[in-house]
Amino acid sequence: MSRTADTIIAPRSLRLGPDDKPVVFAAGFVLLILLVGTGYTLYTQGSAPLLQPQYLLQQLQVGSFLGIVAAGLMVVILLGHIDLSAPWTLTAAAMMATAVGGPWAIPAGIGVGLLVGIANGLGVAYLRVPSMIFTLGMNAVIRGLMVAHTGGFAPATAATDLMQYLAVSRIGGVIPVALLVWLAISLIIVVILTRTTLGRAIYAIGNRERAAYLSGIDTNRVILIAFALSGAAAGLAGVLLAGYSTKAYQGMGDAYLLPAIAAVVIGGTNILGGRGRYLGTLVGVILIVLLNSVLSIMQMPEAGRQIIYGCVIISMLLVYGRGDRVTG
Amino acid sequence: MSDTVLTPAAAEPQGKTRRWSEGLGLRCRQHSGILGALALFLVLYLFYQLSHPRGFTGPILIQNANEVFALALVSMAQTVPVLMAGLDLSVGAVMTLVGCIASHLVDGSPAEIALGIVICLASGAACGFVNGCVVVYGRIQPIIATLATSAIYMGLALILRPTPGGKVQEDLSWAVTSDVREFAATFGLFDDGEAAWLQPFAWIPVPFVLLALIILLVWVPFTRSVTGRTVYAVGSSESAAYMSGLPISRAKLAAFTLAGLFAGLGGLFLALQTSSGNADIPQAGAYTLNSIAAVVIGGTSLLGGAGSAIGSMIGAMVLRTISFNFRIFDVAPLLQPLFEGLVLLAAVSIGGLRLLRLKNKLEVFR
Repeated sequence: MSRTADTIIAPRSLRLGPDDKPVVFAAGFVLLILLVGTGYTLYTQGSAPLLQPQYLLQQLQVGSFLGIVAAGLMVVILLGHIDLSAPWTLTAAAMMATAVGGPWAIPAGIGVGLLVGIANGLGVAYLRVPSMIFTLGMNAVIRGLMVAHTGGFAPATAATDLMQYLAVSRIGGVIPVALLVWLAISLIIVVILTRTTLGRAIYAIGNRERAAYLSGIDTNRVILIAFALSGAAAGLAGVLLAGYSTKAYQGMGDAYLLPAIAAVVIGGTNILGGRGRYLGTLVGVILIVLLNSVLSIMQMPEAGRQIIYGCVIISMLLVYGRGDRVTG
Repeated sequence: MSDTVLTPAAAEPQGKTRRWSEGLGLRCRQHSGILGALALFLVLYLFYQLSHPRGFTGPILIQNANEVFALALVSMAQTVPVLMAGLDLSVGAVMTLVGCIASHLVDGSPAEIALGIVICLASGAACGFVNGCVVVYGRIQPIIATLATSAIYMGLALILRPTPGGKVQEDLSWAVTSDVREFAATFGLFDDGEAAWLQPFAWIPVPFVLLALIILLVWVPFTRSVTGRTVYAVGSSESAAYMSGLPISRAKLAAFTLAGLFAGLGGLFLALQTSSGNADIPQAGAYTLNSIAAVVIGGTSLLGGAGSAIGSMIGAMVLRTISFNFRIFDVAPLLQPLFEGLVLLAAVSIGGLRLLRLKNKLEVFR
């Protein structure tokens, strides 16, 4: 992981830098969730399935779809923008991948995501439409296209063997392949954000686009690339999810947008852009996935689940996500 | 926004007509967003009425008014935080929660109904106040704070109404979803609505009357108060507002509370219109997203500081009229989301044309 300026200056200090705090607190909260869940299962069943590696690996496998969406979304959020088109980008990619089939299924799915992302980027960067509204409109357009394409039903086509392998299989029966895909994407994002000029430009634009432009960054191009990355990530998630459930279906991406935003923000990324570490997003995704899983083990009804979900986001942010006081 | 700012310029010794026309020109420029939305709405709606086989009749107007009302109020709710450069993702959830409360309480004797309505509106405002507290005292970004509270409000709504159902008083439900004559007849007012002076207004749908009342009694006084001005000022530049000694915290709390109140009014109406409460998560999400679209179409800048709830109301009418037209022209329901999305994209992309007029490239980045 990257070393921020703070840690280089004071490497031995135990004081947490502003960027480390979210990661540490979110990780602590993950442990808390596991402890509470284990306490519950010990009390009701007398066993502790939550602490078994098998369970944790399965959660990571399920979480990898959310993780990939969140990874792409984080790049856009770092710019100070947002991508609300993820749900139907994901669905469209899944549907196109299963429709194309054969060896071209996966490239088709990712390509659909890439195209949507480029369209988003063109609108946001070159037409200067607020990303919130442009990606919202794109989401509606893709939804319309897909509903018209499928007639409103789940398409009959099935996921290819390779897609199913990537989503379901486990290497040696232990490590899920989906987890490896997630880790690979994570590695790519980390390298982009910390080791390339593109990454520097993304943070710079998130802090102040005007200053970034004046220092010679082609800000429009960077925004375009960031949205393309986000779209491609959503497309890949769609391909994997179609592989996981063996087919594409309507609304399969609806459950991914808000948790992905929550994961990115809980991980310490500033929703206004310019600040945040990928490690935080990773922990944020794990937090959300485990929280969901433990709540369903506790057989929490939907109402309680929603309330706990909201309270967790607010209390996490109250601990470390507070903004500065305005003082002129 | 302009009244106080204009006064010095208007006081300069100039011809009276000239002054008046200049003021009009300035006003037109300042409200170009609203005027554009209004023109779009009139064209679309005239087109709809002309092509409708029973166009220009009372029942059609009443039906349209009923379909517009909830979205119009939710969009007005969304406008207030947006003016402050925030965003309220919980408006749909507040609407749903208040609708669920209404389906429990708005029934029985007149006193019980009145109390129920007051509780509904108070809980809407309370939800908004909670949002405001999280934003002001918690110092969490509005978009993410309201994302979290919207989950909480949906949870509460699900507790109140695990399955759709409930009941509201039928007379009231009928009265507010028809025209003025029926409203008067239901409650025995003005000779059962046959009073001669009432006849010119008898055809007006009650939802329109309610909208006008809400704007005149709530929105206009709000924008003319110090708190309302501060909402605009915070949206333009929060640090400048702070340096000018404006009550920022109070304005933020008031803005979110007002948003909650508007969303609550929308939820109350939706409960009256459907005679039931339904904690429908997708529906709440759709209302929230449509409200953002309506706000943008109505000429309010998502960057804050410029716009008006009246524009958002017209924006909501534009959105609804588009779907009315789909019904008339028998567009396959499957294609409707596609056209809705395309219209939204086209409407906002036209705003991109303003880039061509900019002389200084730096003005692109605000």
